[in-house]
Amino acid sequence: MKSAVIVFPGSNCDRDMAVAIEKITGVKPLMVWHQDTDFEAVDFIALPGGFSYGDYLRCGAMSARANVMKEVIKRANDGVPTLGVCNGFQVLTETGLLPGALMRNANLHFVCKDVSLNIANSASMFTSDYSGQSAITIPVAHHDGNYFADAETLDQLEGEGRVAFTYGTDINGSQRGIAGILNAKGTILGMMPHPERMIGSELGGTDGCGLFTSVMNAVS
Amino acid sequence: MLAKIHVTLKNGVLDPQGKAIEHALSNMGFDGVDAARQGKYFELDLAETDREKAMKNIEAMCRKLIANTVIENYSIELE
Repeated sequence: MKSAVIVFPGSNCDRDMAVAIEKITGVKPLMVWHQDTDFEAVDFIALPGGFSYGDYLRCGAMSARANVMKEVIKRANDGVPTLGVCNGFQVLTETGLLPGALMRNANLHFVCKDVSLNIANSASMFTSDYSGQSAITIPVAHHDGNYFADAETLDQLEGEGRVAFTYGTDINGSQRGIAGILNAKGTILGMMPHPERMIGSELGGTDGCGLFTSVMNAVS
Repeated sequence: MLAKIHVTLKNGVLDPQGKAIEHALSNMGFDGVDAARQGKYFELDLAETDREKAMKNIEAMCRKLIANTVIENYSIELE
């Protein structure tokens, strides 16, 4: 399985993502710079966490309009599995690939801790290896993870099984406790928690591995 | 031509920063602030001299970048 990690100025989880992908898939991902306009064909695209463009204007707003994103949007729309974690989730909402927006945490605190996530949909290509598990523990580290969408969109997300993860307890004021959502085709996942930071006992646990193994199984 | 743009959160969208400002003002002894909402202000210096064209252009800029219309409204003033 070939993967690409998109790197923006201010990304800071790009290397963590690359380590996780290499550890689990056995193949080093391409690191694609935001100014690139094209890159090799890949089976999986990851938008990493961080503070791309210093969170100027809105988190993810500038990155969503970066050169490389035209190609990412095209491929994501064509069905290439695409994951956005934390800032990557913010970028995905800013592009419109995923609905809603991530706003400042309701309690105004930067939240940095391990949290319990409910597996709301274990049938997706990103979560199939979590089937049989009701909850996993994954770290979060964000200031702007308060998921907002209008009631109609939220009903649609819930009704169509497009909520992938919800928080075990509220940490940021997200509507309906949403921690991660899928696009209508189920090929794009955006989530605030960091599965790439939970891929070994030395990191505190292995609950993040299932996400990458699920994708690997789905594309192979 | 100068465009002045205000971007504000839509009604019904929680504004935790506005709430914090409201509480801080109250703690500082400024009474009578029933609500505070925080927004953004932009100035764009435009080469365009035709007001109608300028407005159309700025509308597009607001929709595509300056505001996130999922959560924000914008208003434009031309000078």
